[in-house]
Amino acid sequence: MNPLELVRAQPGPAFTVTLDGREIEALPGQSVAAALWTAGVTSWRSTRGAGRPRGVFCGIGVCFDCLVTVNDRPNQRACLVPVRPGDTIRTQEGTGHDD
Amino acid sequence: MTDRPHLAVIGAGPAGLAASLAAAARGIRVTLIDAGAMAGGQFYRGPAPGLGARRPQALHHQWRTGDRLARGLAGHVTAGTIEHLTDHHVWCVERQSDGFAVHALLGPEQERPVTVGVDAVLLATGGYEKVLPFPGWTLPGVVTAGGAQAMLKGSLVVPGRTAVVAGTGPLLLPVATGLAAAGVDVAALVESADPKALLRGTGDAKAFLERARALAAQPGKVAEGAQYAAQLVRHRVKVMARHTVVEAHGEERLDAVTVAALDGDGRVRPGTERRIPCDTLAVGHGMLPHTDLAESLGCRVDGLDVHVDEEQRTDVPGVWAAGETTGIGGSALSLAEGHIAGRSVAARLTGAEPDPREWAAVAKSRTRMREFFAALDTVYVPPAHWTEQVTDDTVVCRCEEVTGGEIRRAVGELGAGDVRTVKLLTRAGMGWCQGRMCEPAVAGLAGCAQTSARRLLARPVPLGVLARAEEDLAGAEEDLAGAVEDPDEPGGPGASEDD
Ligand SMILES: Cc1cc2nc3c(=O)[nH]c(=O)nc-3n(C[C@H](O)[C@H](O)[C@H](O)COP(=O)(O)OP(=O)(O)OC[C@H]3O[C@@H](n4cnc5c(N)ncnc54)[C@H](O)[C@@H]3O)c2cc1C
Ligand code: FES
Repeated sequence: MNPLELVRAQPGPAFTVTLDGREIEALPGQSVAAALWTAGVTSWRSTRGAGRPRGVFCGIGVCFDCLVTVNDRPNQRACLVPVRPGDTIRTQEGTGHDD
Repeated sequence: MTDRPHLAVIGAGPAGLAASLAAAARGIRVTLIDAGAMAGGQFYRGPAPGLGARRPQALHHQWRTGDRLARGLAGHVTAGTIEHLTDHHVWCVERQSDGFAVHALLGPEQERPVTVGVDAVLLATGGYEKVLPFPGWTLPGVVTAGGAQAMLKGSLVVPGRTAVVAGTGPLLLPVATGLAAAGVDVAALVESADPKALLRGTGDAKAFLERARALAAQPGKVAEGAQYAAQLVRHRVKVMARHTVVEAHGEERLDAVTVAALDGDGRVRPGTERRIPCDTLAVGHGMLPHTDLAESLGCRVDGLDVHVDEEQRTDVPGVWAAGETTGIGGSALSLAEGHIAGRSVAARLTGAEPDPREWAAVAKSRTRMREFFAALDTVYVPPAHWTEQVTDDTVVCRCEEVTGGEIRRAVGELGAGDVRTVKLLTRAGMGWCQGRMCEPAVAGLAGCAQTSARRLLARPVPLGVLARAEEDLAGAEEDLAGAVEDPDEPGGPGASEDD
């Protein structure tokens, strides 16, 4: 059983986005964070100070741990931003400006 | 139609939905504003329509109520009696001579400003989870319990294969059973409280009697607990009461947690530590109300909760509040409060004195549910000595990466005795989340009670939007999209925190 089977989901057609140039599949309606989780990715940012990896923490837009660069816009909250066909997603380091 | 009294309801969770329906049914023009793409709030969060879920109720208790609310909302939206603004993040509500201006930022990128002028405001902003720190809690794979639930309900995804659900509070039950139903191997539910204490005489006899009465008055709630217990058994989830997670392990992501038993004083029992391999830890220590909008309006806040009267009015004329922003109490209580608030608004905005007898039954269940949650609150508390788990190199402020040691130094050597001083000395709480995540921990380490934070803005606001708010207020309906500044510029979140 997986979550899609549990609710008998019939999602719209999957589409492709890229994470640091690598193609991953995403489903319509998912957030960027959900698409990354589905691809087995749980961290996509490193912190400014210690350079430690971060991903989703609160899942509802409160903690800002999940910041990611989407279509060249840094510091987007991956748990809120819906994933769209052709999105270019990039992991980000530090402030998101120095890469 | 437009000269009908106009109410803005902020938050489309159970409280905001119930309030909107009650007010709209009584002739009030309602604008329902929520940051999310769909109504429902945290409790009735449904899967995104693109995912085509044919049996979404598999992830929901009380699906029928949620469905009824959604259909009620759809009816009013079609009839034009409720306008539902989705993807609108409200960052400030401003008092004006003839009502209120609700300022929002549009879309998940939160850049385009929108202002709605109304006669009255109902705050139904709900709450967010509290998580107390421990070594390793910043590792990817460690998520809040509600966050795991939100990602599962909204996007139908899970963070890993093997999970430990830990912390304290009734929310851990639906999270553990939800993850298990979705195919995650839930290795353990680690609850620091002893839920059996609900039925036992811990504390004094009076407290026990009050608890017993509150529980007896809520047979439905007790049955719900029993259902969860049965599901835990069915999914073979091991329940470890009076245990706590002392450390999360891993290099680049979580690969195990160490749990330990607690003694009667809430201290870790030496020698009871054991390691549980897992790639996911869903952890939470209760909930905190979102009170920023109420605070910037000058509403009285008692402790951490927005203060309301019997009709759900705040002490600021024209401002009502309902649901978890007025105190954590679950979705059913939010529904009752929202309903009463909506009826009160409908009467008062049309110049009538409301008659509380009309909603006596709802008020009675509101009282019972408040008593029920007060009873739960006496039992579901984090371990009394949780700060002993926070080592000096544990990151406490996730945004600014301030450690337990730095905070202790600010308190011990520099004499900081409150959250604000610790913040000034260490930068704990000065980052993107504006202290929402670390405040309970900083207060605990500073040895003071957590008080409301007095954030002036509910959301980080791009400076360009702030500068333009004045012009925008004057009603200039120009498209600002092209002119908006980068929200991540150094001044972005900073603009909202230096009060
Ligand atoms: C992440 C999470 C998951 C949860 N999951 C469960 C669960 O599975 N089962 C359970 O029993 N309880 C759950 N809860 C508890 C839940 O909070 C309550 O049961 C119930 O949803 C409270 O209802 P409410 O209407 O008071 O607030 P909420 O349901 O929290 O609704 C508040 C709404 O206000 C909106 N909002 C807040 N601030 C703003 C703003 N500034 N601008 C615009 N919109 C805003 C939010 O987007 C939200 O939709 C969860 C809580 C959280 C935080
Ligand atoms: S996970 Fe907290 S903001 Fe996205």
